[in-house]
Amino acid sequence: MAKPKDGCVQAAAGPIAAAPAGGAKPAGESKPAGGETMTAQVGKPAPDFEASAFVDGGFRNVKLSDYHGQWVVLCFYPGDFTFV
Amino acid sequence: MAAVAAKHDELKSLGVQVLSASTDSRFIHKMWQEQELSKMVRGGVPFPMLSDAGGKIGAVYGVYDSAAGVDIRGRFIIDPDGVVRAMEVLTPEVGRNVSELIRQVKAFQHVVATGEVTPSGWQPGKPTLEPGPDLVGQVWAKWKTEMAFD
Repeated sequence: MAKPKDGCVQAAAGPIAAAPAGGAKPAGESKPAGGETMTAQVGKPAPDFEASAFVDGGFRNVKLSDYHGQWVVLCFYPGDFTFV
Repeated sequence: MAAVAAKHDELKSLGVQVLSASTDSRFIHKMWQEQELSKMVRGGVPFPMLSDAGGKIGAVYGVYDSAAGVDIRGRFIIDPDGVVRAMEVLTPEVGRNVSELIRQVKAFQHVVATGEVTPSGWQPGKPTLEPGPDLVGQVWAKWKTEMAFD
């Protein structure tokens, strides 16, 4: 198998805005980078995203929606090599 | 993250996919895995380690500390329909309790499978409650506070 190539920079979409429900929101409010309009809440759909990732010894982009149909535990933490 | 990795077999047996995320790059994740995590947990962390450089994903999940430029400790349980079932957010000094995470996963899976509800401190095998008109005002007869702690 050819060794996968990986550049220094890997674009990933970050937060992916859901289609505005019923068109109720003005167009400007659904832009993904804002972060103010989509917020994770219990009982509501988890905001989808795409991130570059270290997986199984290699690098690839991962989307939350790739795991639809499975239980997912998503853990944020302050940083690699921290103490707790 | 090493504690989550140590319990990964149990989480996997529950059908749970773990994803970890910090603002570090994927290259740093690789180094942390190789230099440290693989020495804490046999085989290292077995789940995808996501890079949230810039904190945009963390911002959407309410865990991005813009002053420090990092995602603080936040843990989300997401069901197979993509709905957030639980969240726990801590300031960085206190680590999470993976046993409580597993208890919550089991409780949510039980609730989804049965339509029952699980009272405070429920563990698998312990009594659940069936919500409905007959239960109103009768919880005292079916459930005692000690049951939350044994």
